[in-house]
Order: sequence, then C-alpha cells, then structure tokens
Amino acid sequence: MLDVRVLRELRSAVGERGLITSPEELHTYECDGLTNFRVLPQAVVLPDSAQQVQAAVRICHRERIPFVARGAGTGLSGGALPVENGIVISLARMNRILEVDLVNARVVAEPGVINLDVTGRVMPQDYFYGPDPSSQSACTIGGNVAENSGGAHCLKYGFTTTHVLGLEVVLPDASLIHIGGKALDAPGYDLAGVFVGSEGTLGIATKVILRILKRPQCIQTLLAAFPTTNEAGAAVSGMIAAGMLPAAVEMMDKLAIQAAEAAVHANYPVCGGLLLLELDGPLAEVEALVEQTNEICRKNGAWEIRIAQSDAERALMWKGRKAAFASMGRLSPNYIVQDGVIPRTAMPEVLSEIERLSAEAGLRVANVFHAGDGNLHPLVLYDQRVPGQQNAAEALSYKILELCIEKGGSITGEHGVGEEKKMMMGKMFSEPDLEVMQRVRCAFDPLQLSNPTKVFPRPRLCGDKAGEYAPHPLETAGIAERF
Amino acid sequence: MLAEETKAITRVSREALCAIVGAAHVRPAEASDAVAGVRAQMVAEPGSEQELAAVLRYANEAGLCAVPRGGGTKLSWGNPPARLDLIVSTARLNRVVEHAWADLTVIVEAGCTIQSLQDTLVQRGQRLALDVLWPERATVGGVLSTNDSGALRLRFGGARDLIIGMTLALPDGTLATSGGKVVKNVAGYDLPKLATGALGTLGVITRAIFRLYPLPQNTRTLSVFTRSAAEMQRFVLEIQDSQLAHSALQVRFGTDTPPEADILFEGTQAGLAAQETHLKKLAESNRVAETGPAVWKARDRLWSSANTGVIAKISLLPADIAKTVEAVERITAGQKVHWSAVVQATGLGSLRLDGDAEALHTSLRELRANMERDGGSLVVLHQPPGMAQLEAWGNPGDALPLMSALKKQFDPKNILNRGRFVGGI
Repeated sequence: MLDVRVLRELRSAVGERGLITSPEELHTYECDGLTNFRVLPQAVVLPDSAQQVQAAVRICHRERIPFVARGAGTGLSGGALPVENGIVISLARMNRILEVDLVNARVVAEPGVINLDVTGRVMPQDYFYGPDPSSQSACTIGGNVAENSGGAHCLKYGFTTTHVLGLEVVLPDASLIHIGGKALDAPGYDLAGVFVGSEGTLGIATKVILRILKRPQCIQTLLAAFPTTNEAGAAVSGMIAAGMLPAAVEMMDKLAIQAAEAAVHANYPVCGGLLLLELDGPLAEVEALVEQTNEICRKNGAWEIRIAQSDAERALMWKGRKAAFASMGRLSPNYIVQDGVIPRTAMPEVLSEIERLSAEAGLRVANVFHAGDGNLHPLVLYDQRVPGQQNAAEALSYKILELCIEKGGSITGEHGVGEEKKMMMGKMFSEPDLEVMQRVRCAFDPLQLSNPTKVFPRPRLCGDKAGEYAPHPLETAGIAERF
Repeated sequence: MLAEETKAITRVSREALCAIVGAAHVRPAEASDAVAGVRAQMVAEPGSEQELAAVLRYANEAGLCAVPRGGGTKLSWGNPPARLDLIVSTARLNRVVEHAWADLTVIVEAGCTIQSLQDTLVQRGQRLALDVLWPERATVGGVLSTNDSGALRLRFGGARDLIIGMTLALPDGTLATSGGKVVKNVAGYDLPKLATGALGTLGVITRAIFRLYPLPQNTRTLSVFTRSAAEMQRFVLEIQDSQLAHSALQVRFGTDTPPEADILFEGTQAGLAAQETHLKKLAESNRVAETGPAVWKARDRLWSSANTGVIAKISLLPADIAKTVEAVERITAGQKVHWSAVVQATGLGSLRLDGDAEALHTSLRELRANMERDGGSLVVLHQPPGMAQLEAWGNPGDALPLMSALKKQFDPKNILNRGRFVGGI
C-alpha cells in the first residue's frame, strides 16, 4: 500500500480529479486488451500536462515506486498491465492536438490523442495519418508510440516509427527531454528510433511530432475468393514477383470469414481463402495495377473478384476485416489472438503446421493475416469453462510462435511483447542479444521503474555484468513467472 | 573540442592482433590511413564477425582507441578522433549472405560495397532504395553509420527505415543481434535504428538486414526552371500538397544560378504520362523539360574537388527552403563566398561554400545559429585544411546526458571513435 504521505503528494501533483484510489474505480485499470492478465494498481494518476507527468514521476523516482503508462488500454500483449505495488499513469487527459502544420506535413499531438482523430483533423485538406491499427478509433498515439503499432496499410506506408519524427519525453528520473524534431536527422543518436516500440519501458512520451501523408488520388479495394489459403498465398507471391507494392494485402481463412460474416455481414464470398487488397496512387497507375492484380489472382485460382464500387462498399469490405478479432465471440466464448511473423514465402508450410497443431490440441484456430508482410494473427478458440482448455489454448498459441521463430520470423509484428510474450524472447534472441538491449534500458532507466516487468524474460539490475542475474526486488516481492 | 594528445599511451601489440586475424591481415598504419589528420599505429582486417569482435575485445582490454573503417569514403566525417591507435577494417566482411528475393529482404556483411550489393539485387529486379554517395566504394557499414541518404529518401525513407536487422560487435567482444529478417517485427528494442547514424561510437556494425523494393518498371525525370527562390518554394510546396506520387523531388541553387527543381516519377508508362500532364498543369508547361538521371548526381557533384570548400549537411523544414537560401545569401554577401546547394523536399540538403577560410568559418557559424533557431541543423562534413576547425555537429540539445549514458553502457572505456560524435561523445 502506498502511504498516506505519498498519496497526498500525488494528489497535489495532479489535482483532486487526477487521482484515483477507490478499489471500484481501480478495477477499470487492472488489465488492458489482454484480459487474462490482471493486476490491481495501487493508484492511478491522470496528469493534464507534461509538468504534471514530471511531478508524478518525480515522486515515483524518489520513493522507488514502479509506474506503468497507459493510453486507451487497447493493447493486446499486456503492455499496460499494472505492476505489483506500482501506480498507473494514464495519459487520457492529455488529448490535445497542439499543432497542425500542413505545409510541412506535421502534426504535433499529446499522447492521449486518439489515432483516428489525427486523420480526422487533417482529412478536410486530403491528408491522413499512416498507421492504422484495427483499434484506431479507440487507441491513442502514446500507446501507438509504445507499441510501434502497424495496421493493414503499413505494408506500403510503414509503421508508427516511420511516422514519428520527434518526441518530448519524461525520463524515469523525471527529467524532460526532446528527441528528434520537426526537421529530419537531428544530430546525435536516433533516440526516437529506439524509444518508439520500447513498450513504455524507457519513459513517458508527453508530446509526439507526427508526419502526415497526402491522400492518394485513387484508391481501389478488391476482394478475391480462392479455394484455400495456399492459392491466395501464391497470388500474393505473384504480385510481389511482378514488382507490385499494394497499399494493403489482407488474408482470411474460412473460419475467420465465417466469424466476420456472422458479426458484421460484410457480404464476403464463402471460400477457403479470401484476399482483401487495396491499391492506391495516381488514377492511371491504379487502373493498370488493378488489371494486373486481376490477372494474377485469376491465374492462381481465384473464382470471384469484386471491386468496391463506392466508398460504402469499400468501408464494408474493411469492416469485416477490422472486426475479425472481436467477431470470434460469435464462434467461441474465448479466444487468444497471436501476432507471429514469418517470411512470407514460408506461409504454406506454416499454415499446414498450424492446422496440424490445431488438430492435435483439439482446438479450432482461425487465421487472419497481413499477408503482404507475413504477419499472422492466428486466433485460438477455446472455452474457459472447460477445465484445462485455457492452458491448452495458451500452449498452442506459444507453439505457433515457436514455429514462427523456427522459420526465421518474429514473435510479434505489431502487438508488442509486453507481459504475454516475454518468456518467448529468450527463444528468439540469445542471452548476449538481450543483455545488450538491457544496456539501453539501463541508460534510460537505471532504477527500472518504468514498466519494469515487461518485455524481457528476467529483470536485471543495472550495473550487473553480462550474464550475471541477481533477483530483482520485484521478483522477490512475488511477481509470478508464468513458465 | 580540443584535440587530445594523440600519441598512444599503449603500444599496439602486433602479435596479439596476428593471433586473432592472422599475420597477413595486420599491418602498420601508413600516412594514408590517417583519419582527419590523426595517424594510427596499426590496421587490422578481421575475416569474420567473431574475429572482429575479438579484435575489439583486445583493444578494449589493452586500452587502445579504435576507428572502424569500411570503404573510407566518409571516414573524415565528424570531429577528428581525440585519440587513435587501431583501424579496424571491414574490407574482408564483404559477402551478400542471403538474398531472399521472394521475401524482399537481404542479409549482407558490413564491408560489402553498396554497388556490389545492388549488382546482386538487380539480378532479381530489386534494389536497396537508398541513393548514397560513391556507391562503388561506400560500404553498408559506413553508409549506416553515417546515415547517408539521397533523393529517394522522400519515397522510401532513410537507412533507418530500410534496415530491419543488425549484428553489432561491442568493445567488450559481445556480438549482439537485434531485429530480424522479417519486415514487420516489434520484438525487443530497435537497436538497428540506434546504431544507424551513430558514427560507429556504440559498436561496429558487422552485418545488416534490409527490406528491399522492386526496381521501377519505368522512370522519368523532369526538371522545372524558376525565376526566384520564392517561386521555387511555392512550387515545391504545391507539388508536395498535390496527389502526384513522385519518388524524389530536389531543388538545386547556387550563387548567381536560378533555382531548378528535379522530380522523379516511377511506375507504369500510363502512370508516368498522366503524372507528367499533372505536373505541367502545376507549373507553366514551358518551364518543364524532361532531363535525365544525371541530375540526381547533383549532390555527388558538390563533392568534386572538395578540398578547397566546406561541405555541410543541412536539415530544415520543407517550407523553410527559400528562407534558408535567403539566409545563405545574406550571410555570404560581401564575404566573397561562393555557394551551391542541393535540397530535397524532405528538408535535407547538402551545402557547399567556397572562399576565404576566415569568411567560411564566420559564415558557417552564423548560418548554423540561424538554422538551429528554426529547428534545423547544420553538420559540417568537410572542412578545408586552412580553416579554423569548426565543431562538426552543432547543438545536441537537452538529450545529450542520455546520449552520453548510452555511450557509457555500450563503450564504457570510450575506445570507439573517441571524441568524434555530438557533444564530445
């Protein structure tokens, strides 16, 4: 329990309205989008400015209280899961767009700004913000920065890290620094490059400089129905071999299509493998590409190809895909979303192996992918009420990740390691690899206060020699390891 | 930064180095091995990543200062080394390890030249979408460490946006890999970005993994002539605000030469024709002419007979191009300083100044102050021999203590490129 003096100080740092301590209200913050991990925070503070963030962090630093920054709590890896004996710093009140600089194509936003609101602000001038995670109508820029969020269109437009040019950051010792800027290549280390995607372990962003993009002249969205995912995958390979770079290439298997249909009636064709493709650019260019895509899909066995004829049709095509995770509720009481990545060419063998593992475990797996970049989202369906099924589902989802590692891929393409996958890090990276990453953490956060138990399999005290691990105070304090 | 006493405190042990890399790959340094005028004692050419890491560990334990070297084309960028004992060359680490063309990725060793990498990629119709200086000699490691980029950056991003994995050798002999060989990957910290542009001060890059792009089916370069910087500025912003899908856009200026812009289109023939028509609507069509790929070498040409001039990398906001040109004109007026510049629509550019050494020094300082005030920067890449040394980087800002802490974590004895980076790092 935080003592009364600390609570009083936190209250004076963020104001009466900015401090939550009642157990009922704290429950809202006990998990993020990964709901099977829950920890009740000691308190939640809601600062309204960078100065208030600093004030709260200063108290944490002095008292050695670990803290976890939180945006909208939509993350899927437990990145915003509170830590034992720690507080949550919610950035929800810092939700102002501070500057729109259209001539330089920059927007300066506070971390609590919702992703889609950035595009909303610049849409009248035909600009948009590139990264489009499926949760973009709820998730925040600060959370996107922490996770280096992607989305369907990052195949062509890049990830959050491509679009964040600068940051104001409160470091875990409460100092305020500025990294990067509105202009490119500020002298010094690319700290923005390492901060974006660090999952809240290096400090708290209080201001973010974003790059925005001009909307392309023409956007065409297509659906192509294939007998199985193998033919659909072959079509994607055909496009890559032809030198095409679509704005998005999404794939869904039979089970995922069924779920999406049941949930949002996207009017998808019933098939074994569905491609959702988007091509954009100058009109003449897109026309030529649509023709080429048509040909490649037909050649690879597509028996139906639909082109969206209106914005409404386009929106409906996307609605089915964006609702894919949530729609699993129609098929199964519970499900686990995974986020593995494989070299795209390994897809057929990985999918048949997933099928085998699924049959072996007696659990259904629906597959939704960002097929253009090999990012798989297998959805493992289970029923919590059946004894042992949750454990079996978790074990299956980790086996799929091991398969991704085996094929030279990654355990996470956009959801982050967080709490969920930290024990997989040791399978993807060697001990020295992880030790060098920890050096970065030690430079930013020598006391390990900022989201301290996430990303890495074991906490490490800064100043340790490589390979020597002492139990961290938090470890001895009883943070259960899951494996 | 004052140059430290460069005489080595410790003598490099040739025997120790021979034991690691073999006698054929160790030699005493010659005058031509000097870095920014600072002589070295020995040159070692490891034949593997493990050997390179072992050389670093030896240097670290023996307290020797090392400078990593690829093709040596940009070796003098940054401040002169405060001390230099050993040059660690990546010349023998020059293989393209794996071109996974169907996955649009390549694994390449740090000492491979950009040209030789591109020659491999072109066989499958692909490219590393980075137009660097002196590709025939510049290596992957050197390009990454100096963060060199050209006009294609507008469409494809810089080295930081193309690198997806890296192996780094640290002074304590650790070989650490981060990232991977898939484009989309958020597992662990993004060390490839941290090491890109770090001028070899955190570790020595031994291999890199890049995402690739297909070669364009067709390209067309058009150039637009304008009467003034203000007109050019309006035009650049208009193109950037249009729905043209150009891959590159640069502006060329100079003393007494009217500004000219070059724009690169890539794509299908139908797409190129449509975009040319669109462009001609934006500019008066009699000012638009089809030129050719040679204009994209304008940045390289600033470097010809560079000995006598100053060359700087400038960074500004795209809307500040005309303002910056006016500042250059104002500052150099009456100083008998001749200038020329190539600025990309990204706001990154190269500036060359020729003239009297003292005038150059004064002009640069004033211009840097000007640009930093507007949120930009000016990094001096080349200084002529007669000019009083100017610190290369300028103001590193309030993140310098954190940068120093990072340096200390990676290179606690400060043996790599000592004193060459920002703020004395």
